Amino acid sequence: MIEGPLVELDGIGVRIGSTQILRDVDLEIGAGEVVGLFGANGAGKTTALRLIATLIRPAQGSGRVLGADLTSPERYDVRRRIGMIGHTPGIFPELTLGENLRYAARVAGVPADRANEALAAVGLAGAVDRLAGASSHGMQRRTEFARELMIDRSLLLLDEPHSALDRDAVDLVEGLIARKAEEGGAVVVVSHDRDRINKIAHRSVELSGGTLS
Amino acid sequence: MTTGFWHQVAAVVNRDLLRERRRGDVLWVTIPFGAIALLLVPLAVGTDATLLREIGPGMYWVIVMLFGVLVSVGKASSETLPQQDASALLGLDPAAGFVGRTLSATLLMLIFEVVVGVVAVGLYDVSIIGFPWLVVTLLIVAVGLALLGTLTGSIVNSTSAGTALVPLLVAPLSVPLLLGATQSYEGLRLGHSILSWVLLMAAVVLIVAIIGVLTARPLQET
Repeated sequence: MIEGPLVELDGIGVRIGSTQILRDVDLEIGAGEVVGLFGANGAGKTTALRLIATLIRPAQGSGRVLGADLTSPERYDVRRRIGMIGHTPGIFPELTLGENLRYAARVAGVPADRANEALAAVGLAGAVDRLAGASSHGMQRRTEFARELMIDRSLLLLDEPHSALDRDAVDLVEGLIARKAEEGGAVVVVSHDRDRINKIAHRSVELSGGTLS
Repeated sequence: MTTGFWHQVAAVVNRDLLRERRRGDVLWVTIPFGAIALLLVPLAVGTDATLLREIGPGMYWVIVMLFGVLVSVGKASSETLPQQDASALLGLDPAAGFVGRTLSATLLMLIFEVVVGVVAVGLYDVSIIGFPWLVVTLLIVAVGLALLGTLTGSIVNSTSAGTALVPLLVAPLSVPLLLGATQSYEGLRLGHSILSWVLLMAAVVLIVAIIGVLTARPLQET
């Protein structure tokens, strides 16, 4: 159990090459919170998600995610508790949907039989043997949600989670978000659809020119 | 629940071999091109049997080096950023990822060496001498090239220079392997000890393996 905020960013700046993507970002996200993150194209939303996911180091400022300092090796230990679904699917198109989840299960140390259960939970029980590359974008996204269901995550980072999903899948995603918050986790949702996110988020923040407001 | 290093290595090997089975890049593109390259040499230098027998082993190793690096670099650099992110957030140890990618590339390299070797024996009338030592040499070269390619692929993935860096990185590092492989065959042919050449290749493999494992995390974080 983590004392204090799950995400704590203080004056964070991120540079990629010679470009300053984020500057002076302050953000706190507590347990049970759902936070909407808005911003125009190129505002730094994806970089902010990757930063919170501990996948990039800040160039300035300090921060902690799930209690781990963003600049120290302890951040590697919390990664398995952070789920991220980006705009582009992170699954392998040459593998079937089932193989993708079994790979995830084996790497994460989760019993492989949970893979089929997770796929069934997102309505893909009949598509276990279907190649990911031959599946629709919506099915690929459902598979990624199945992966997040399968692994016990404390923090979910979702980039445009409603994109390419049908009504049933949208309900499923919103159920997952609500459940994660109820369980004491936290969710950050990036979206251009403010109305939809405002319905499910406890609060929203806006990125503009790399700065949070 | 956490998972062990070798369990993760096995998951990566299984994933990469499944991907290769479906894509067929190595089996249906690189191997045939390697064989065709060996077929083209006699067209350039003539079909004199003695000459072909003389240059056959050297040509074989040059083809194995050139195409072998392509095999392993291709495997290592074929992961997109979202795929790498997803694996990192599953808790994949970067060193386990490196070892897994290297092992799957080694297996593909061994298949490449055997198939191209059969072509070399048939076309150049190359003799198979000192079979146990030849197997050792083939294995060391396969592991060495897989390591080199995987390390280079990781560097390529982590820099903006892209594949332009590949020849610059691979060429100097593969020279000791090429030298060791050709001199080992020559030593076997002449009945000399090849232990020093085998040790040279093994040393290169060990050094690249250590560098690869130690730099796996920093390269992932770049």
